[in-house]
Formats: sequence, C-alpha cells, structure tokens
Amino acid sequence: MSFWGQTFEITRVDLRVERRLGDTLRIVLPFAVVALMVFPLSLGIELAVISRIGPAVFWALGILFGMQVALRQSVADTQERRDLHALLGVDPAARFVGRMMSGSVLMLAFLVVLFIAMVLLYGPILPSGSWSTVLIATVLFSLGLAELGTLAGEVTAGLRNRIALASLIVAPLALPLVIGASQSLEALSRGAGILPWILLMLATDLALAVVGVGLARPLEEATR
Amino acid sequence: MDPLVHLEDAGVSLGGKPVLRHVDFELQPGQVVGIAGPNGSGKTTLIRVLTTLLRIGEGAGSVLGADINSDQVFGVRSSIGMIGHTPALIGELTLLENLVHIARLGGVAEERVDSVLEVVGLDEASDRRADASSFGMRRRIEVAHLLLSKPRLVLLDEATSGLDDSARELINALRDRTVMDGGGVVMVSHDQKQLAETCEEVMVLTSGRVESVQ
Repeated sequence: MSFWGQTFEITRVDLRVERRLGDTLRIVLPFAVVALMVFPLSLGIELAVISRIGPAVFWALGILFGMQVALRQSVADTQERRDLHALLGVDPAARFVGRMMSGSVLMLAFLVVLFIAMVLLYGPILPSGSWSTVLIATVLFSLGLAELGTLAGEVTAGLRNRIALASLIVAPLALPLVIGASQSLEALSRGAGILPWILLMLATDLALAVVGVGLARPLEEATR
Repeated sequence: MDPLVHLEDAGVSLGGKPVLRHVDFELQPGQVVGIAGPNGSGKTTLIRVLTTLLRIGEGAGSVLGADINSDQVFGVRSSIGMIGHTPALIGELTLLENLVHIARLGGVAEERVDSVLEVVGLDEASDRRADASSFGMRRRIEVAHLLLSKPRLVLLDEATSGLDDSARELINALRDRTVMDGGGVVMVSHDQKQLAETCEEVMVLTSGRVESVQ
C-alpha cells in the first residue's frame, strides 16, 4: 500500500472510532461551551466588555480543551497496535500524517462549533473580512495543535503518566499558535496587517510537520 | 539453505537489567521450534527480538536475511506474523472492520476477507464490535489476519492459552500451513509437554539463559 493509502486508511479508521465514541463532540465540546458561558454570567450585563473579550476567551478555551482533543487519540494508541502497524509494514511517517489529519479534522470541527457558540453568547463586533481570517487562523491552529498532540503521543509512547508528560510538551510549544491565532483577530480589529501572524502559524505548522515526519521512524524505534 | 532466523550470543538488557544472555537460536525453513520456561525467563523478550521490534544489545543475528540490528529489518517486517498475549484489535470497530483495516494496511486483497472469516468460523459474528467479543473471537481474527497475509515467519506467544479446542485447531492449521509453504514457526508456552508434542526442537529458557535444547 502506498504512503498516502496508509495515511488515509489510518485517518479513516480514527474518524470512524471517533464517530462511535463521540469523545470530542459529546464530552469535550459541551464542557467547553459551559466554560464559555461562565464569563458572561460572572460579568453580568456589561455587554461592551463581554463583546470585547469574546475572541480572547474563544482562543483560551480553544487551547485548553483543544489539547484534550489533540492528546486523546495519541494516548489511546496501545503498544500492541503500534507493533501490529510495524509488522504490517506501515510507514511511521504515514502513521504520523494519518493521525495528524484525523486530529485536525476533529479539532477543526470542535473549534468551529465553539466559535459559533462564542458569537452567539458574546456578540463580538467582528470587522469586515474577519470570517475568512478566523477560518484561516482556525485551520492553521487546528493543524498545529493536532501535529503537536500526535508528536507528543509518539514521544511519550510506552511511558507512565503519558497524558501529563504529553501535556507538558504540548503547552509551551503551542504558544506560537495561540499568539498567532489571537493576534491575527486582534490585528484585524485594529486595522493592522494579519500576514505576520498567519505566517507565524504557518511556519510553526510546517516546522512541526517536518519534525514529526522526520522523527517518526526514530521515535517509533526508540519508544519500544 | 539459509536459516529464517539466526541468533548468535544474543543479549538484551531492559532498564539496565539483563533479560537475555548468550542466546543462540536458529530456525530453518519448514521447522517448528518451541520456547519454554517459567515466568520472567525471557520468552516474550526473545519473541520481540524475533519480530525485529526489539534490538539486541550484544551478539549478532538475522531474521529473514536482514541483519537484526540494522535498518534492513524494516523491509522484512511485513513477512513476520505474531500472535501475542493481547489481541491487537481496535475495540470500537467490528471484527470485520478490524480485518479489513489490517488487510488494507497489509496490502492484501480485501475480496479474501469474507472467505477467511468463514474459515475461522466468524462469518456469522463479523458485525460484532471487537470490545464486545470474547477473547477467543478476537484471537480468531488474529489467526484470520495471518491466514490472509501468509507471513514466512510466524511467532505464537502463548497463542493457544485460554482457547477452546476448535480455536486451537485453527492455530495448529495455521502452523501446519506455514511449514508446508516453507516458512517457520516459533511457539512459546509454559507447557513444555505440549511443545514437545508439536515442535521439532524445544529450547528451555531460565533467567534469560538457554538452560537446555531438547
């Protein structure tokens, strides 16, 4: 089977498992929406403040709950399944890309619903053209966080306290993504250019992809 | 004829502790070799070495012609089949979906999946989720996988424990077919008597060392 055949098969199966389990949409998302409601409830009817903080709260909750989505799949991978894939001749880089793709799809779905909920609850004043910026930022943010989650899962494979260790890896490395995503919207509202922030996220995504694909084989061999 | 597996003075340490020491092992095409020994004697570690998923720290060896400590092993792994302690299935998928997934990744024609399911007696239960299936059923799917992929080297690590007679017969049939096709089989068990009945040679491990070869 070709590299891309293996990649799409892993993505397909991951998404099918998610459809049956519903971890992301049935468990993580409702909690994220509830967390989104905390701010308007605690600030009362200060609509101007609520409207102003909406995008910031969205990105804050996006990274907090998004990390759970990002790490969920990779830590669910058992040693037996990793061994099976190795004995089937699956390219570790294809595993990485396949996992990253399924994680990105889930993350994107999660963030899109969270963004809609934020717009409904906070009523932010978004300048014209902001929808396309939000979409680009969300796609790049999802991609990067999924890459980080997959990479952290590979690095911590076979270790005790995988989730805690993987979170420690993801949190600091996600900073460029959080800064890029939040600042792109902020720049738009100030009438400033968004290109530097989009490029920051793009560069982070590309760097993570190169590291993930390049280290897939050595990591798989080293973590057995 | 080149051996399928050849290990010479092989040693493995895990976490700084020696788990296998000075192990010599050879498997010829068409041969069935057993590995026996008490718990913690290094049987499963040796099996992992034979899968090429675990490298040896000392000694030398080859599996299916590939130097065991080199990147050559990546090219032969798909010719190695293993049934381990825990069936490596995805619980949320049905038994059929698991087998199709394995067949696709292994580059095996999906058309054969239905007939192999019939052979292992799961054609009626193939839509059952793996996590809702019995251990024996999941084991049968692993046998089905090896019947599909026809590996040259089959490693059976306590593969028959906890199985009923018909499932045991399936594993025996898999073993016999591999041997007939010129492959080799390594069987691991606590039960030395059972191994002696089915294997041409039985190696007994104790504390990571070869105690005897019968």
